[in-house]
Amino acid sequence: MLTPADEPHLAAVVADAAARKAPLAIAGSGTRSGLGRPMQTATTVSTLLLTGVTLYEPAELVLSARAGTPLREIETLLAGNRQRLAFEPMDHRGIYGSSGTPTIGAVAAANLSGPRRIQAGAARDNLIGLRAITGDGKVIKAGGRVTKNVAGYDLVKFLAGSLGTLAVLSEVTFKVQPEPETEATLAITGLADKQAIAAMAAALGSPYSVTGAAHAPADEGEPGRTYFRLDGFEASVAHRVDSLRAALSDFGPADLLGPATSASLWLTILDVDGLSAPLGTPIWRVSVRPGDGPQVVAAAQAAFPARVLYDWGGGLVWIAGGEGSDAGAAVIRAAVGAVGGHATLVRAADAVRNAVEVFEPLAPPLMDLTRKLKATFDPAGILNPGRMYAGV
Amino acid sequence: MSAVAMPPPDLTILARRSEIIVGLREILGGLHVIESEDERRAYETDALTAYRVIPLAVVLPGSTEEVASVLKYLAGAGVKVVARGAGTSLSGGALPSQDCVVVGLARLNRILAIDYENRVARVEAGVTNINITNAVSGCGFFYAPDPSSQLACTIAGNIAMNSGGAHCLKYGVTTNNVLGVRMVLIDGTVIDLGGAHLDAPGLDLLGLVVGSEGQFGIVTEATVRILRAAEGARPMLMGFDSPADAGACVAAIIASGIIPVAIEYMDRPAIKVCEAFAKAGYPLDVEALLIVEVEGSEAEIVDLIARIRRTAEAFHPRVMRVSRSEAESAAIWKGRKAAFGAMGRIADYLCMDGVIPTGRLPEVLTRVGEICAGHGLAVANIFHAGDGNLHPLILFNANDEDELRKAETAGAEILKLCVEVGGCLTGEHGVGIEKRDLMPFQFSPAELALQMQIKNVFDPAWLLNPAKVFPLEGRPVVA
Repeated sequence: MLTPADEPHLAAVVADAAARKAPLAIAGSGTRSGLGRPMQTATTVSTLLLTGVTLYEPAELVLSARAGTPLREIETLLAGNRQRLAFEPMDHRGIYGSSGTPTIGAVAAANLSGPRRIQAGAARDNLIGLRAITGDGKVIKAGGRVTKNVAGYDLVKFLAGSLGTLAVLSEVTFKVQPEPETEATLAITGLADKQAIAAMAAALGSPYSVTGAAHAPADEGEPGRTYFRLDGFEASVAHRVDSLRAALSDFGPADLLGPATSASLWLTILDVDGLSAPLGTPIWRVSVRPGDGPQVVAAAQAAFPARVLYDWGGGLVWIAGGEGSDAGAAVIRAAVGAVGGHATLVRAADAVRNAVEVFEPLAPPLMDLTRKLKATFDPAGILNPGRMYAGV
Repeated sequence: MSAVAMPPPDLTILARRSEIIVGLREILGGLHVIESEDERRAYETDALTAYRVIPLAVVLPGSTEEVASVLKYLAGAGVKVVARGAGTSLSGGALPSQDCVVVGLARLNRILAIDYENRVARVEAGVTNINITNAVSGCGFFYAPDPSSQLACTIAGNIAMNSGGAHCLKYGVTTNNVLGVRMVLIDGTVIDLGGAHLDAPGLDLLGLVVGSEGQFGIVTEATVRILRAAEGARPMLMGFDSPADAGACVAAIIASGIIPVAIEYMDRPAIKVCEAFAKAGYPLDVEALLIVEVEGSEAEIVDLIARIRRTAEAFHPRVMRVSRSEAESAAIWKGRKAAFGAMGRIADYLCMDGVIPTGRLPEVLTRVGEICAGHGLAVANIFHAGDGNLHPLILFNANDEDELRKAETAGAEILKLCVEVGGCLTGEHGVGIEKRDLMPFQFSPAELALQMQIKNVFDPAWLLNPAKVFPLEGRPVVA
């Protein structure tokens, strides 16, 4: 594994690989290397030594750090100023059984967004600037340190979530947010999936600024639990707890979880802890209109045993299950195709991820654009080749 | 002649005008192909009125299919295309050329579906920004990005420019609120990017398309997020003796853990003009005025305003006044949103759109004043203070070519200053023609080359809005 010490060295490594047409696997600490199609790369280049916060202006709500900076270090620094990354990046170590130190670069490269995505936007919405090495070894910057920036094309958005297939991120700049004074969660027990979706739609359609809406369906004798998070100033949260409880009374009584219980609950939802074991079971991540989630789940469960977690008010559905050599891809893709949305096979054995598409297959004109754009950023095709799609 | 040069028209296209119009009529019928010079003149400019060019023809397609047929035909004929929403661009984004066909989206103005359960609306791209909010406000919802031109501007134009607005501090700009688009590529291919779900598969093509200034294709439909409005909202006015105090107060409010829905700033010249227009009760004897809006329940509003008051005390506000009624709140916002129009009643102006790190606010405002004074021009500052998006209005007399040139020079100097202090050329208006030649101040040659290669992918012959965004020199295709 190559671990260049700084951006110029990283650029030299990429330029050299491009000249030799030698494919590179791009990594931080590799805790999410199970995400995507397996690659045939002889060399891995890691940003682990590119560390350090390069800019932090709490009053401007902006932070820049080199790509290999541990996420924990950034979260600690922000917490010291009662700030945070509002979009809640997921930690994949639980579902992959991987070890290592998750980096801020991966948060951008994989566009990792947790439960608060419904209110605070995704990682891509909070990423405002970056520096990166394109596949020909050139250093580019995109965006900057100010939130609003429409000069030129939005390469920040385009590189967010591109999984190292277009460029190697060397530095990222995020918008940060104040940490709320407190938080609370209301929990309703015993709702079937469709009722839970309706309850979450009512909550998210209320004026009470719900920052998390998730549903864990009934499982192994445990009744379903539907969760609604509120955060902000003490008095405001108290008021909204009462208002939301009243607004949801038709769905049943709601238990109140205090700040500590609420915080640890949402970490388990963020990291999909409840579905992580056993490691051999495939995990699907499905993005649909919230109202369509139960239909996809019903189709999956009719075909194979599947355990489920709904986040984003039902718009993000985690499905642990999937049998056979395709891990249930035919069933899930057909169900998602019927309602509109997409499915990603987040966890499966290498052989399975070699045999079926990991990411939702694209319509031919989108695949055509994708290939041409890949060639624009990475003419030699050396950056994480094949990780998202064959030839990309 | 104005400072921004436009490429000479392609004479072979001008010579084929009759034939091209016949071709367009075969697709759209006669009614929606605008041919006479008088009618074409209505499309000669946008809100950057110093530049005017009458296009070859204007077409008003009524469906995605018609847009596709038109683009396929024009691409085949090698004719340039300028897409137009409502023509409110302040950067010349919709400025035609003599050898182009303007594709106007005015007839694509239907709201197709409103889905409260999933909190999305699907609209045709020519719908006005305000009409989305109007369509859902009865149920307490709204579409968040709110450009000052929201009564007139279209979602198509908002998507092209990634438009913002006063309330973006809390709710984000267009790209954060659009989930999907239907778009016609230059060869007539219709693609769907994203949808009604919160993220799209594969590379973020939607993120790339939003803000691409009509250079990748023509968006004909969009799926946007609609949000439930807070229980209530209330603005307060704070007047200061110096821009430094106002700027420091903004930083302190944000550092205290409060993100107001909006923090707007006006300087003395702007206050005077806006007050004369809107009778909003703005204080006239202060150097800097902040409009700070908070939202929530009555109790939350009272609590937030008390916190902001406590924070602001340290910066010696001359005036701190909270709106006492819906009517007063409306007047406060009317003054702000009508600022550009009100200013236009007293003078011609160029509206700049630079962004700076908010910590540099006082020093940048001083330099902006000096730059304009150096050219013998007056300036009024109106801007989104919470995110550092400046809108200096450089006042000049449009009948005086020399003054226009001076105003453009001053504007360029201001935008270069924004880049120098760590900001950018444009926060929400787009590059258009106005800032086209300033792009090398923000981007390296490699960065511009990469962006132009992306343009090549979508539009190899550079037919879509071609004279915009990038300097004319150094292009892969001769402009």
